[in-house]
Amino acid sequence: MTSILLALVIGAAFGAVLDRVGASNPNYIGKMLNLTNLNLAKSIMLAIGTGSVLMFGGQMLGLVDVGHMSVKAAYIGVFIGGLMLGAGWALAGYCPGTGVVAAASGRKDALFFIAGGLFGAAAYMLTYPSWKASGLLDSVAGGKVTLGAVPGGKFDGLTALPGDLLGLLLGAVFIVVAFALPERIIGTGPVTQPAE
Amino acid sequence: MPMNWKTGGLLLGLVFFLAVLLVKPIGVSTQFVILDGIIGDAVNAELVTQTEEGYTSTNAYLAKSGGKYAKSVANPLNYSFVFVLAMALGGFVSMRLRGGLDAVERSVPALWRANFGESPALRYGAVFLGGFIVLYGARLAGGCTSGHMMSGMMQTALSGYIFAAGAFLAAVPVSLILFKKEA
Repeated sequence: MTSILLALVIGAAFGAVLDRVGASNPNYIGKMLNLTNLNLAKSIMLAIGTGSVLMFGGQMLGLVDVGHMSVKAAYIGVFIGGLMLGAGWALAGYCPGTGVVAAASGRKDALFFIAGGLFGAAAYMLTYPSWKASGLLDSVAGGKVTLGAVPGGKFDGLTALPGDLLGLLLGAVFIVVAFALPERIIGTGPVTQPAE
Repeated sequence: MPMNWKTGGLLLGLVFFLAVLLVKPIGVSTQFVILDGIIGDAVNAELVTQTEEGYTSTNAYLAKSGGKYAKSVANPLNYSFVFVLAMALGGFVSMRLRGGLDAVERSVPALWRANFGESPALRYGAVFLGGFIVLYGARLAGGCTSGHMMSGMMQTALSGYIFAAGAFLAAVPVSLILFKKEA
């Protein structure tokens, strides 16, 4: 029951913040990906950096349970799937989470995204045995690894570097890059704010 | 107009942190599989079945990893599935509080209109196709923008970096080709 309550609270907060940063607005996604307005990229990088610093910092202080980390495996299909997701993300302006938030916020086109997504996921479920047989789902570089070895963690490190310190450092790098990124790369003039 | 990028980024980072502090890193795309499974099992009750050790499925993907997806299909009231439903609720309330969208924007967003016109049918078709590719790719990759890119890179997961490289390598060129006119 506690876990359902947490799902409601954290899920609702995540949905609301995605709406407020503009991540569920396909205009804003489009302007980020065609490099004419990088404010959303700045938000996302700041968020990753903030999350990283708090999590690894909290682990080092003993306040955050290292066992809550959950690292996904690395395999060639991650890259191929990433390419596919990227192409569809650019075309639609939605990714799985923001598509759900957008549909709930009144965007009718996002309902078509969800429908397409359900068919896409079903198509993968049916074709999974061929991918499995192809070897493209086999782990590379150690599979479920973090860049450094996190003390007390379940996952191996790609390198022998201390994973918690490296996490803090990379978190700081994400924050610096978020501030350093220009508002736009393509075109000139002030960034245009997407219509609502 | 979205909130200041700094405030937004900090709040978003705080949500990522709360998730991993209290439960586990955020992820979304698996739940499309779970909903497919729920629909599939409603049509054909043979799809997911209970075994002595847990759950299994006639679909190899639902049955993998000891049937953990099959288990979630059989018990939809679990953390990850409710999380995604709650995201919808959060998005709905947040948009209500800031006044909602106008009718045109609800079906065809401004940037799309500037480049491809006002036809909802064209937009809906393109978005359906986009959704198909996004979720097929996300399941092949084992996660999406939330699970791989945000939660993954936050944890310094190698897979998160590989995924983000692939995603932006495709997304930026496609966007540059499709959306030449600004809105």
